[in-house]
Amino acid sequence: MIIAIASGKGGTGKTTVAAALVKVWDRPVQAVDLDVEEPNLALYLKPELTGREISMMEIPLADQDKCTACGACSEICQFKAISVLGEYILTFPEMCHGCGGCLAVCPEGALSPDTRELGEVLWGWAGEIDFLMGRLRVGEAMSPPLMRAAKKRLDSSRDVIIDAPPGVSCPAVNAVKDTDVIVLVTEPTPFGFYDLKLAREAFTPIGAPMGVVINRTGIGDKGVYDYCHATGLPILLEIPYDRQVAEAYSRGEVIVDALPEYQNMFLELSSRIRDLADRRMKEARYA
Amino acid sequence: MPEITILSGKGGTGKTSLTAAFAHLASNHILCDLDVDAPDLHLILKPENEYLEEFFSGHEAIIDQTLCTGCGECIERCHFDAIKETPDGLVVDQLACEGCKVCVHFCPADAIEFPMRRCGQWYLSKTRFGPLVHAQLFPGEENSGLLVSLLRQQARGMAEKEGYDLILSDGAPGIGCPVISSLSGTDLAVIVTEPTPSGTHDLDRVVDLCEHFKIPVAVIINKYDINLDQVRTIENFCQDHHLNLVGKLPYDHAFTEAMVQVQTITEYQASGLADEVRKIWTRVETLARLKKAA
Ligand code: SF4
Ligand code: SF4
Repeated sequence: MIIAIASGKGGTGKTTVAAALVKVWDRPVQAVDLDVEEPNLALYLKPELTGREISMMEIPLADQDKCTACGACSEICQFKAISVLGEYILTFPEMCHGCGGCLAVCPEGALSPDTRELGEVLWGWAGEIDFLMGRLRVGEAMSPPLMRAAKKRLDSSRDVIIDAPPGVSCPAVNAVKDTDVIVLVTEPTPFGFYDLKLAREAFTPIGAPMGVVINRTGIGDKGVYDYCHATGLPILLEIPYDRQVAEAYSRGEVIVDALPEYQNMFLELSSRIRDLADRRMKEARYA
Repeated sequence: MPEITILSGKGGTGKTSLTAAFAHLASNHILCDLDVDAPDLHLILKPENEYLEEFFSGHEAIIDQTLCTGCGECIERCHFDAIKETPDGLVVDQLACEGCKVCVHFCPADAIEFPMRRCGQWYLSKTRFGPLVHAQLFPGEENSGLLVSLLRQQARGMAEKEGYDLILSDGAPGIGCPVISSLSGTDLAVIVTEPTPSGTHDLDRVVDLCEHFKIPVAVIINKYDINLDQVRTIENFCQDHHLNLVGKLPYDHAFTEAMVQVQTITEYQASGLADEVRKIWTRVETLARLKKAA
């Protein structure tokens, strides 16, 4: 079972929830940080990293001698990563999406595959927890291919809990794709409400059941609750506004370790998440 | 005309609430919400849209089932595994398609269409604090970098034409493509951070990015009183990197309460937090004008 912890927006407590959930999970689990722009899960789980792989993407390398400047490559390239200037061919590796089109169309065999570094995939152990993360190179703009590289190392023999990137654009959708349950972390404020609506809209095409964790309850207003009730989004957990939680987080501690009274709460969250997944599997069987 | 961009690296640090307060305090300025993925500034500023335009970017592949022979050439060619065999024939998974045109080019039956992709909408609006340029990307779309550049161009064009002398932008979160687009050519990046391990970690990464693009940086620590040790770490970090620390704000519900009232903190309060925010704004504005002049 693969579970994604997502949020329409950063700062809602996604990593707090992911870290606590992983800690109380009572089956073999793999914790995966796919927020590759700002991977923070490791700061809380403190895994011992034992493996590292540099992730590369294929980009074209031009051989000026063979090139006849016909322009076939720049014509197919949709990302302005290659252009022919007079007799010369110029490549812009940072724009390249690695589709391989230019290499495939070049009639002269003037392009050969080269690589660009996207970032790294790291893995290791935090006690019993299998840990995996991606980290984007600073200055690199394309996160989905790095996420795909990290996802190749998902352990199918374990339950997988993914800390997804914030937002609702293509990196977030990429991280949440192919999961069995999506947990949306939000806050009961106008910002939280607006971003929750966007997240639900963005992830609906994926088809996985969604549930909501409302963080910092007791502040803000009713918008999020009304929306969940009206649309049938189950509220899986409410975490009260508690300054101790913010302080534990600021010390790099996982709340279920720092504040044991939260353990039952997160155990309950894990069983509700499993119920959601089971219900969906049953529905699939009768469909 | 200086351009100030408020960033945070990590979300939820209070970036938008501060931008809104600065919008209240600044004069003769244009506002820009560059967080096109999950824009929130409009929730406080309640803009009246005066102009709307569709945003198209790139293309999407669509297989015409009446022409497709099912040869599978496109599946072979697609580097993004975006084409799937279904009971209804070969179908492009739009969430995975990068719009690279490779399948279109190589399809022997000419069965793949390649229309423009409608990715979102952008607006010019009026608010109680002056004009606002903003957008909403449709959920799941990419290329927010292009949309961010477009918004900045619009804001700059309008500022020049109508004689505004400051552009204030709520930047995109993260350090990826949209942030890079919100930074290039800005005169001052104001980074709002908080004293948590992830806050400092993300600060480090955004500062890296700003240094890479040679953008001057000012730092604000929000919720400073939740962890004074981390605050010292951030202060040392600022010193080592020659960054201007322009202010510290305590953890305070007033930000949320103001938000619920659809107000900026400086409208909501006459003193307290609002005073601090006012002082910070004066420093930020002075710094931006100095950097612009330099
Ligand atoms: S297709 Fe090949 S020969 Fe033609 S311009 Fe590109 S690299 Fe040169
Ligand atoms: S346009 Fe490119 S990414 Fe999209 S389906 Fe065709 S080959 Fe795949």
